[in-house]
Amino acid sequence: MSEVIVITSGKGGVGKTTTTANLGTGLAAMGKKVVLIDTDIGLRNLDVIMGLENRIVYNLVDVVEGKCRIKQALIRDKRYPGLYLMPSAQTRDKSAVTPPQMIRMVDALREQFDYIILDCPAGIEQGFQNAIAGADRALVITTPEVSSIRDADRIIGLLSANEIERVDLVVNKLKIDMVRRGDMMSVSDVADILAIPLLGIVPDDENVVIAANQGEPLVGNATLAGRAYKNICMRVLGDVVPFLNFEKRISIWTKVSGIFHRN
Amino acid sequence: MGILHRFHRKSSGALAKDRLKILLISDRINCSPEMMEMIKLDIAKVISKYMKVDAKSMEIQITKEAAKGRIVKSPILYANVPILDLKH
Repeated sequence: MSEVIVITSGKGGVGKTTTTANLGTGLAAMGKKVVLIDTDIGLRNLDVIMGLENRIVYNLVDVVEGKCRIKQALIRDKRYPGLYLMPSAQTRDKSAVTPPQMIRMVDALREQFDYIILDCPAGIEQGFQNAIAGADRALVITTPEVSSIRDADRIIGLLSANEIERVDLVVNKLKIDMVRRGDMMSVSDVADILAIPLLGIVPDDENVVIAANQGEPLVGNATLAGRAYKNICMRVLGDVVPFLNFEKRISIWTKVSGIFHRN
Repeated sequence: MGILHRFHRKSSGALAKDRLKILLISDRINCSPEMMEMIKLDIAKVISKYMKVDAKSMEIQITKEAAKGRIVKSPILYANVPILDLKH
């Protein structure tokens, strides 16, 4: 039984592509058969984040237009045998594909894969409509900032209008120090406002940039973000995993003990 | 110094949360600030038939009332209309 997950956010730059890469890589590391689909036609990036940019021959638009078979467009990942990437086209635009075509392609992929993960473009136009068309469930990515939360709220409304039954929240780029100072909304503030189940918390971590530079997803390694992404993968599989304790409640005691003990 | 400062200002995180709460409600009901202004003026006009009100300092706001059941919250229009003179 396969599951089609769309990773979306509304606003750009909040971490959709990074989350897609890490979720896919993490699930593949756990032995699942996974295909990542970059639906951002004209602005593809998932290939560079995965470090597979030099191996693209055919792309999603070629598949939809019948210029190649699905199998020819799939790029096999260099790390995990069960992980594949369907790259997007760089020289076309969002109107090159329609939602019914996406549904047909996704349904064909269901036969071979356990997880089909769609990296959605920013915005709510056709690219978004294409990406969510074939999805069973959605992960909405937001940062704890007003603009991205506002856009996430709009996306959540559109997902429910499109009858995507399961929609979960990932709060990304959490700056723990700023939350402690009261200068950033906490995860519970964000989850309260958006009122959908929380699936993951990813702290702001320089290692994400380093991983992107190297084209190597960091899921599963010892960095904070790597651990956070691994937990997200396990929760997607249905495991109950406690959230990493980034923002311990600041009692007077922790403040006092913090003077002696810095972590 | 820093602690004293903290007592005086509202933290920006809390401010963001409050602003978002208001903002998302108007986003969700698709009611622009201009439309709110029109509603406000109309309310003032209607009430002015019966009593003298201070239209300039009146305020209206749509909020979602926190009902006991978490999921069903319905929007409520609050109007704050200062009365200058109760004429009969």
